[in-house]
Amino acid sequence: MRSSRTMTLPVTTSTSGGLPWRHILLAALGVLVVAFAFSANGYVVTVIGFAAIYALFCTGLNFFMGFTGQASFGQNAFAALGGYGSAILTADYGFEPAIALILTMAFSGVVALVVGYPTLRLRGHYLAMATFALGLITYEISINWTDVTQGYMGYSGIPPLGIGPYYADTPKQQLAVILILLALGVLAAAALKNSRFGRACRAIAGSELAAGALGIPVARYKLVSFVIAALYASAAGSLFAHFVGFISPEVFGTAMVVQSFTMLYLGGIGTIAGPLIGAVVVSLLPELMRGLKDYQTIGYLVILLGILIYAPKGVAGLLDRLLPKREG
Amino acid sequence: MAMLAIQGITKRFGGLVANDDVTFQVEKGEIFAVIGPNGAGKTTLFNMIAGTFPPSEGKVMFDGAAISGRPVAQIAQAGLVRTYQLVQLFKALTVAENVMVGFHRVTTGGVFSALLRPPAMRRQEREIAAKTAEILDFVGLSHRANVTADLLPYGEQRLLEVARALAASPKLLLLDEPAAGLNTEETAELARVVRKVNENGVTIMLIEHDMGLVMQIAHRIAVLDYGRKIAEGTPDEIRVHPDVIAAYLGGTEGYDD
Repeated sequence: MRSSRTMTLPVTTSTSGGLPWRHILLAALGVLVVAFAFSANGYVVTVIGFAAIYALFCTGLNFFMGFTGQASFGQNAFAALGGYGSAILTADYGFEPAIALILTMAFSGVVALVVGYPTLRLRGHYLAMATFALGLITYEISINWTDVTQGYMGYSGIPPLGIGPYYADTPKQQLAVILILLALGVLAAAALKNSRFGRACRAIAGSELAAGALGIPVARYKLVSFVIAALYASAAGSLFAHFVGFISPEVFGTAMVVQSFTMLYLGGIGTIAGPLIGAVVVSLLPELMRGLKDYQTIGYLVILLGILIYAPKGVAGLLDRLLPKREG
Repeated sequence: MAMLAIQGITKRFGGLVANDDVTFQVEKGEIFAVIGPNGAGKTTLFNMIAGTFPPSEGKVMFDGAAISGRPVAQIAQAGLVRTYQLVQLFKALTVAENVMVGFHRVTTGGVFSALLRPPAMRRQEREIAAKTAEILDFVGLSHRANVTADLLPYGEQRLLEVARALAASPKLLLLDEPAAGLNTEETAELARVVRKVNENGVTIMLIEHDMGLVMQIAHRIAVLDYGRKIAEGTPDEIRVHPDVIAAYLGGTEGYDD
C-alpha cells in the first residue's frame, strides 16, 4: 500500500493538533465587527443587523445545500412566510413578537414538509426549478393577496422585538437580540453537523447510492434538512420584519435568493463559518466602496470576482488552506 | 444453516437472459467467490442479492429470510452490506467520518438528540469514535484518519470502503470486484485485510476478475458463463475443471493464476 505517490499526502489537517488558529481568528473578527457596530452610528447598526439576519438565513440554506448537497432557489418563500406571519400576528392580533416568531416558524416548518415531500423527489436542475417556482409563487401571493399583505404598499407598524414587558426599543438593543439568536442558530447548526444525523446528511451529498446501502433513509433525511433550512429562513424573515418595522413583497423577492447565494459561495458553502463570513463581507463591501462613488458597484463586483476566482471554496476554504500549515 | 441461499435465480432484460437458473449457497463464516468471463452475469447477480433490482424468477434467502424484491436500505438494515465496483466514498468527509457514517445501521438518534446532546448520545459518539479508530487501525488507515477521503490514493479508497462497510457490522459482506484497478502491492494488502475480516467472523462473498486473488483467499468458488453456473467447488477443483478452462480459454480473458 505504500506506493510513492502516497508520500506527498497530508497526514493531518486543521482538525488535529495545535491551537485552533482558525477559530481564534474568526472569533476575533466577529468580536471586531460586533464592537464596531455597537460603537458606531445608526446606519452601521442597520447594515450589520441586516448582515446578521442574512447570516441566519444562510446558515439554514447552507444546511440544505452545503451539507445535504441539494439545491433550493426558493428559500425566500419561507422568509416571506416568517416576515408576513410575524407582522400580521403582532401588528393585527397583538401577539408577543417572541410567540409570533415561534408560531410562524412552526407554520413554515409544516409548509416545508408538505411542499418538500413531492418536490424533493426531483434532483439537480429539476429541484432547483421547482424550488425557484415556490419562491415566485409566494412573491405573487404577497403582491396580490392585498387583504392580508397590503400588496405593493407593504406592511408597516410592526412592533420591535421583545417578550413580556421587555422590548428592544433602540436599534442597538435589537441588534443585540438578533446576534444572540444568530449565535444560537450557528451553535445548533454546528451541533447538527457533527452528529449521526448531520453525518448522514453529508453522506447523502457524497453518494446517495452508498448512503442508502448503509441503511440511511435518503428521502426522509433530505426532507428533514429542507425543513431545517425553512425554519432558519422563517426566523430570519420574522427578525427582519421586527428590525425594520416594515416589509413589502420586494424584501423577500428573487434578489434575496441571489444575495444569499453570493454570500454562501463567497463565504464557503458546506462550512459553519462560511455563511457568517459571506453575510458580513457581502453586506459591508458595498458600504466600504462608497468612496468610489459612481464606480461603487464595479469595485464591489471586481472584489467579488477576485475572491471567487482565487478562493473557489470561499473565504472559509481559503482559511483552511492557509492556516493548518502554521500549526505544525 | 446457509448465510445466503440463491435459489433458481433468473434475470431477463427483454430478450437477454443475464442469469439463467443460478443456484448456490454461501455458508456461514466462509469466503465465497463468484468468477466468470466478462458478461457472464456476475454483477447482475450481485445487484439482485443487494436489492438494486428484483430477480425475474427464483429467490434470495438471507439468514433464513427471503429478501428478494426488498429495497436496498432495508436489506442493508438486515445486515447485508455491499461495496461498489466504482468506489462510492463520501469524498467531502474525512476518512474517519466516512467510517462513522458506516455505524448508522447500528446506532440511533436524530435531530433532537443532536441538538440536546443527552448523555446517552454523547456516550454513543465516544463509542463510535473509539470503534472507528479500531477499524482504521484494522485496515491500516489510522494515519489518514483526518484526511479528506478524495485525497486518498485508489488502493486506500478501496480499503476505506471496506472499513466503512465493516462499521455497519455486516453478517454478510458483498465485495464487488474489490481488486479492480489495484496494483500488485495494493491487491496483496487488500487480500490480507479481507482474510482478517473473515477471521473475525464475517461471511464474505465477492465477485472478482483477479484470479490470483480469488485462488488465494476464497474457500469456495462458483463459476458463471453466459449467465449459467458451470462449476462450483474449492480453488483446487476449479483450477482443473474442464468447463472452466474451456470458458476462460474460449473467452477474451486469459486464465493467469
